[in-house]
Amino acid sequence: MALSGLVLAGFVLGHMSGNLLMFKGPKAINDYATWLHANPGLLWGARIVLILSTIAHIWAGILLTLENRAAREGGPSVDATRRASLSSRTMPYSGVVILAFLIFHLLHFTFRQIALGGVDFGDNVYKMVIAGFAQPAVAVFYIVSMILLCLHLSHGISSVFQTLGLRNERWRSRLDCVASLYAWLVALGFISIPLAVLSGYLK
Amino acid sequence: MVQDNGKEPTLALKLRVWRQRRGQPGAFEEHALPAVPTSASFLEMMDMLNEQLIKAGKDTFAFDHDCREGICGMCSMTINGMPHGPIPGVTTCQLHMRNFRDGETITVEPWRARAFPVLKDLAVDRSAFDKVIQSGGFITVRTGSAPEANNIPVPKPIADEAMDAAECIGCGACVASCKNGSAMLFVGAKINHLNILPQGQAERDRRTLAMVKTMDDAGFGNCTNYGECQAHCPKSITLDVIAKLNRDYLRARVKEFFSSTGKPSKGGD
Repeated sequence: MALSGLVLAGFVLGHMSGNLLMFKGPKAINDYATWLHANPGLLWGARIVLILSTIAHIWAGILLTLENRAAREGGPSVDATRRASLSSRTMPYSGVVILAFLIFHLLHFTFRQIALGGVDFGDNVYKMVIAGFAQPAVAVFYIVSMILLCLHLSHGISSVFQTLGLRNERWRSRLDCVASLYAWLVALGFISIPLAVLSGYLK
Repeated sequence: MVQDNGKEPTLALKLRVWRQRRGQPGAFEEHALPAVPTSASFLEMMDMLNEQLIKAGKDTFAFDHDCREGICGMCSMTINGMPHGPIPGVTTCQLHMRNFRDGETITVEPWRARAFPVLKDLAVDRSAFDKVIQSGGFITVRTGSAPEANNIPVPKPIADEAMDAAECIGCGACVASCKNGSAMLFVGAKINHLNILPQGQAERDRRTLAMVKTMDDAGFGNCTNYGECQAHCPKSITLDVIAKLNRDYLRARVKEFFSSTGKPSKGGD
């Protein structure tokens, strides 16, 4: 869970940084996309690692959730949660929404099968993104999913340190802070693009 | 709160108490106690309830208790959803009725976890913890002739850290409060207590692997870092012990994986 999560958390930061090239103009983002596709070794190496991490992460998540539900047997009749954070309690749910988003996102921008009105954008990634986010429903789903990703990452990243045994009471709050900052950085970076398209800043 | 003639105040309480026979489904039973002294402990209040039931010719509620001074780890009630009740850092026996309001309805139920089946009413079977201890919660020494106590020097910070972990009384509130029914805080405390002391080094890896395996086999859940255990532990054991348990477990697994058999491999080289 922790190691696959770490790979995926690293990926979203990289992906977000690449996306920000949208603000440098059509040439920057299109050249970046062309460069990625010109290096099939790099591209497919990364894709294989990501696919395996995603499968491992989902598998471990399902197993963990089922085992934990069974071990709890419903719990006490009164809920008296003292400190479990919202993000920690919603991990399976935020995870499911992020998976649904991932499938939509791949069909949308990678396989280009849906929500693009059948237009072939070819190598013009810039145009494709603008057209994709010009539909408010798509942009809103994207933004909501990124907020849930933020929630998921803020608990996930601080948990990685605990799982690897690299946390104590002195560092707990600082690491939680690092995890929150990382999660917000990633989410706001991603969200900035549909917002810029919706507001007409990017066109 | 009723105050009469300078005597101590009393509370009128409504109680919803869990009634269950082994292997059968349980349900809440409602009872009322008209005058509970505020200085009574929670267990003394339960004694009053049982005396009232005996006088009425009814069956009493079974609950675990022993020392009644907060060190044995026997008492085990979930009070209003909280293992050991609303005051952090105390056991049920050290919880006093002055922490409740007059006219309040209090819900009392057993530890809820698959690994702790209900024996009767509020008493649960915690032998899963005993099995974890039996699998590695000890050091092997020759008994019969006590060694000189200062033969093995223990640095003060290490002794303090081991004592912090050894505060765990094995009551099971960590499991009962965990949304995953996980026993990681208990196992972490027991492993840390021995794994950081010089006397615990010889069996460190074997202990860690064995206790984790026994824990998993007993049907406890997995830790997902909610932190509820620390918030409900009557001895305020911290999540540090879980981080260190994870670290020791990883270390032991890697060492086991690359352990030497002492023999050459069969392949021709």
